[in-house]
Amino acid sequence: MTTEVLGHFGPYGGRFVPEALIGALEELEAAHLHAMTDPIFQVELAELHKTYTGRPSILTEAKRFSEHAGGARILLKREDLNHTGSHKINNVLGQALLTKRMGKKRIIAETGAGQHGVASATAAALMGLECVVYMGEEDTKRQALNVARMKMLGAEVVPVTSGSRTLKDAINEAMRDWVTNVETTHYLLGTVAGPHPFPTMVRDFHKIIGEEAREQVLALTGRLPDAVLACVGGGSNAIGIFHRFISDPNVRLIGLEAGGDGVETGRHAATISGGSPGVLHGTRSYVLQDENGQTVESHSISAGLDYPGVGPEHAFLHDIGRAEYRAITDAEAMEAFSILSKTEGIIPAIETAHALAGAINVGKELGPDAILLINLSGRGDKDVHTAAQYFGIPLE
Amino acid sequence: MTTPLEDLFANIRGERAALIAYIPAGFPTIEGCHRVIQAFVDGGVDAIEIGFPYSDPVMDGPTIQAAAVTALNNGTSAEDVLDALEVAASKVPSVVMTYWNPIEKYGVEKFASAISAKGGSGVIHPDITIEESGKWLAAADSARVNPIYVVAPSTKDERLAQVTDKCEGFIYAASIMGVTGARSAVSGGAQSLVARIRSVSDKPVAVGLGVSTREQAREVAAYADGVIVGSAFVKAILDAPSFEEGLSAVTALARELSEGVRGR
Repeated sequence: MTTEVLGHFGPYGGRFVPEALIGALEELEAAHLHAMTDPIFQVELAELHKTYTGRPSILTEAKRFSEHAGGARILLKREDLNHTGSHKINNVLGQALLTKRMGKKRIIAETGAGQHGVASATAAALMGLECVVYMGEEDTKRQALNVARMKMLGAEVVPVTSGSRTLKDAINEAMRDWVTNVETTHYLLGTVAGPHPFPTMVRDFHKIIGEEAREQVLALTGRLPDAVLACVGGGSNAIGIFHRFISDPNVRLIGLEAGGDGVETGRHAATISGGSPGVLHGTRSYVLQDENGQTVESHSISAGLDYPGVGPEHAFLHDIGRAEYRAITDAEAMEAFSILSKTEGIIPAIETAHALAGAINVGKELGPDAILLINLSGRGDKDVHTAAQYFGIPLE
Repeated sequence: MTTPLEDLFANIRGERAALIAYIPAGFPTIEGCHRVIQAFVDGGVDAIEIGFPYSDPVMDGPTIQAAAVTALNNGTSAEDVLDALEVAASKVPSVVMTYWNPIEKYGVEKFASAISAKGGSGVIHPDITIEESGKWLAAADSARVNPIYVVAPSTKDERLAQVTDKCEGFIYAASIMGVTGARSAVSGGAQSLVARIRSVSDKPVAVGLGVSTREQAREVAAYADGVIVGSAFVKAILDAPSFEEGLSAVTALARELSEGVRGR
């Protein structure tokens, strides 16, 4: 099923950017379109995924976790086992290859939790590119370990002190850099948001997740899953696992947004559940905004989901009823984090824990006959400090 | 029927360039902005841009970001922006400069009508592309409001023709690749961009980004129809020990710049 037409997903998507960037976006769009049908590019990327990323990622059945999820069969797509510890590497390697093809020598990236920043710094090291990562000052504190990782990989990390000092403001600063240095620099955007072609291109680099998982679920169970679940901040891991299933009408697609303290409190990052249509960071989608169209600060225990926007394809899938989006509170996510750690020996990223909390709820709704596929999008090493604080585990 | 902005350029074009001054609504306070407008007029500016302060100003450098934060902390609303426009438009031709989302939230047709009702001449919108502008251009046309796009040195000739074709009032030429803010020298890219615009359009061209001195204004006025100054005025207010002194500095700077646009 084709959801994108000329850079739009229904009324969403498009390009809302300064004219200064149009040339670069057109160049990128052409490079992306060419790469998608160029066998040389495809072979090069596939080889990198096989020998560097560690693809295909495996499918793990979570039998003990299942007891907490109504007995439903729980299948985990292990993107946490990728090199750098999350799905982010899929997109980064693709865009880094495109950067080289466009003859650019410098990449810039934004990061929230640090996973995309680490992945970008990794690809830059691998391919000999200069790398600058913009990260909200607040997030540099929450994710100090990832800041150190990026620096070890040779990247420059710029703490952003404007606005809410989180992911939103890191994107603003990256866009300012790009407007200034667009001739030499590629903006390696880390999610399925931003101006066209980013939502389509980033999805294309992540759809391998769903393609692999669909085969793996069929091979293991002999049928398609009843539901596919993933956490949604900007929405890249979710669109990656959803996309191959969009044309399977009996497979429910469920995105789990960061409900923070609860959508009703206003302190959350659940953009589709609690926002409204608007334009942010170059694309039309759902946005957390006030009556004057000012972006409202989001809140989540998870730095990677702490974003007041969401990818336009998700907005469209929501509006046409093909995917459903639910909010998971910080408390629900942390409980699921703990359950998976203790029942399966897998410490998930706090972002991913939102999808696991969704699985607990959906498993209880659908019962033991159901098969749920969950994108285990990242590992929790980077969150050990936050989780230890949350659970009161002393770090002495 | 023409807008006051179109009349301004029709009257002075060929003789001298226009001085266009920018201030965000709500800065330094909601009432204070109205006094800055008067200080502009006292200093001889020809037209005024009222900025709609926005939470995510990706085209703005640190000076205007700081002003936007102040304005938003003052609770500046769309109505405050329109009130400031009305004050400015009662004195000289005036426009609103805004990122797109506040227009979309306010309502596209309603915003165009409100600009017109307040006596405003147009809207500068740096982050909406012509491809996304169908509804806006229709609304602007029916309300007799000038849509003003910002083109950049990186804009290719073919696209320059397409974008300038949709511009009315004047064409906003960004002098450099980058965000707003005073610079020690206005990039040579500005002059060649204006020359490229002249080859595809005969509409007035105003140059913005980086102009802060009389000499720079004179230099730009030699080849452009308008000189846009924003950050330098905001900085004059931010740097002044008191608001009263800031207002005096704004008037003094406007006088200097208005000499510059007259080639003096």
